[in-house]
Amino acid sequence: MNAQVNMDNRGIEFGFGFLSQEASFDIQFSLIDYDGSRSYARAYLVGLLNTLLVSFIGIILCTILGVIIGVARLSPNYLINKTASFYVEFFRNVPLLLQIFFWYFAALRALPMPEDAPLIFGSSYMTIKGLYTIAPVWNNFDVFFIALIIALIVIYFFNKFAKRKQEEEGKQYPKFFISLGIFIVIPALTFIVGGVDLSWSFPELKQLAKTSFTYEGGLGIPPELIALTLALTLYTATFIAENVRAGIQGVGKGQKEAAASIGLTPSQVLKLVIMPQALRIIIPPTTNQYLNLTKNSSLAAAIAYPDLVLVFAGTAMMQTGRAIEIVAITMATYLSISLTISVFMNWYNKRIAIQEK
Amino acid sequence: MFKYLKQLTSLVAMVAVLFTFSTESMAAKKSKTLKNTQKKGFVRCGVSQGLPGFSNADAAGNWTGVDVDVCRAVAAAVLGDANKVKFTPLSAKERFTALTSGEIDILSRNTTWTLSRDADIGLTFVGVNFYDGQGFMVRKSSGITSTSQFKDGISACTNIGTTTELNMRDFFNSKGISYTPVAFEKADEVVAAYDAGRCDTYTTDKSGLAAQRTKMSNPDEHIVLPETISKEPLGPVVRQGDSVWEDIVRWSLNTMIEAEEYGVTSANADMMKTSENPQIKRLVGAEGEMGAAFGLDNEWNLRIIKQVGNYGESYKRNIADTGILPDRGPNELWTKGGILYVPPSR
Ligand SMILES: N[C@@H](CCC(=O)N[C@@H](CS)C(=O)NCC(=O)O)C(=O)O
Repeated sequence: MNAQVNMDNRGIEFGFGFLSQEASFDIQFSLIDYDGSRSYARAYLVGLLNTLLVSFIGIILCTILGVIIGVARLSPNYLINKTASFYVEFFRNVPLLLQIFFWYFAALRALPMPEDAPLIFGSSYMTIKGLYTIAPVWNNFDVFFIALIIALIVIYFFNKFAKRKQEEEGKQYPKFFISLGIFIVIPALTFIVGGVDLSWSFPELKQLAKTSFTYEGGLGIPPELIALTLALTLYTATFIAENVRAGIQGVGKGQKEAAASIGLTPSQVLKLVIMPQALRIIIPPTTNQYLNLTKNSSLAAAIAYPDLVLVFAGTAMMQTGRAIEIVAITMATYLSISLTISVFMNWYNKRIAIQEK
Repeated sequence: MFKYLKQLTSLVAMVAVLFTFSTESMAAKKSKTLKNTQKKGFVRCGVSQGLPGFSNADAAGNWTGVDVDVCRAVAAAVLGDANKVKFTPLSAKERFTALTSGEIDILSRNTTWTLSRDADIGLTFVGVNFYDGQGFMVRKSSGITSTSQFKDGISACTNIGTTTELNMRDFFNSKGISYTPVAFEKADEVVAAYDAGRCDTYTTDKSGLAAQRTKMSNPDEHIVLPETISKEPLGPVVRQGDSVWEDIVRWSLNTMIEAEEYGVTSANADMMKTSENPQIKRLVGAEGEMGAAFGLDNEWNLRIIKQVGNYGESYKRNIADTGILPDRGPNELWTKGGILYVPPSR
């Protein structure tokens, strides 16, 4: 009420009509078709997808790294153990924003200019303007995509069938290899009969001016995305490592000894006995870390990665002046992402929880 | 019975107020911002996060610049002391919300006056203290000397939430050049990224380019291209809805410009009180009641000139002598071939 009166006095209107207006600013990096002639709603979508992209990659990488470090911290090997704990102590205690700046500006300083970059893996160039690599060029990608989905459905039914057979007749199929076969054969068929075609586009050096170059063609991944992903991963992995360590330590010593005494190898002990129990301890706090990573990705604005905050709560807010509306939409969006992650992780936790008999 | 009594007393009180306070404090009454400023004892002024010549803090935290001087002028006028200003450094993105939310009372931060900003978002522009236009900076070694040499694939570093972002698109589109915008929230990061080689060009207001160049590791390795791609009239902004405050800020700026026109400087302002020219006398509070309409005393403008100086002094001190833009270009008085022209104080 008060806000309404204040806004009226100051000549500010409230409404969401601006979302359909032309955005008239361009965005560096977008997963969908976009340019400034599109609407603010479209710009919102670009920002949202960029946020989801960096969060998704970050969550996967920090989970992998976190598990490795967490297990390493329990290693009886002094060197591994100490290195892992130094890593955790260090990356956890340096403020994240500082790490983002460090990786970004350190990378910019260290990386070669496009014309000096060496070819890596016969396909890519890592330069100050980003990573340029090969890009797939599809013909009739939609046919291929549908074939992939069909393959997945077939695999699902095959596995159900195989399970029933095993239960009823004790017959065992090599489930994994047959599934893999289906997954390869059906999509591959589309190349022969579906008119699907795949070729690769290579990045090529282009001269812009006497001393200024870039790459054209192929796929360009901006250094902002790389630095942000790196910083988020290294930072969040420390917390996940601690969760993993606590989880493993939380499983009784007796369990380990019992498992070893029935002749399981150490890696079998970890995989079959300890992990299933440890996961119950690890998942809830790790879910929190996933949420943190997603929220922390909004620090992107500092290094020009066009995430939701930079594009929508930044540029769009400035250009439209619709502060209240845009902050409300942005908050609701982050809330929805967080809720989705929580719901998914809860479901996963329930699924893997040991069923008490 | 009691109801009428109450109404009667408030009516009496109102009449009493009307009579006891002359028009002078009526203006102060009407302007909430003026009243609050006088109560607080300082002017709340939003500036940049460091743009030499316009608003920049030294190691001791002293702010200088032509944008800073507008706020100092207002402080001299309404509080009697040009130093009674609290500066809030703001990024381009934060600046308007800081003003509309009431965190600051004047925004004097190389801000372009445009229709949508003036009309749409609760702001009022009060004038222009620097006529500017958008330009491009490139590395000298690139051999580029004109924007006509720009090619597809060029990357351009700039700030978000600026007119720059919009003009850049118009410019590259009209030339049919595809480009990569790399837009940061803070100017320091823009400069650092361009300086490191992330972008082929750095684009913003030409004044900004000249000022930021002084911050680069090797200023001599960069040049500003001759083309100007937009109009960027920069000026102070106030919140919409307080017309007395708006007038105070507008006429504080006008006073500085008009003082230069009539040759009134910080050094000679006191002597000018005895000038023959009535226009000059009005500028130094020696004729007319030039402060009354704002709820200010008669020497408000004299204090501005004495404490802050006229526009020419401010320009020389901040922009010319620091080597940022020695040539005044369009920011010369209309009487000397420029376009600085303000309505008369009378
Ligand atoms: N005049 C333009 C651009 C203003 C702007 O933000 N320019 C940048 C680059 S010169 C700047 O002021 N940086 C200094 C800072 O952020 O503190 C506008 O009003 O949108």
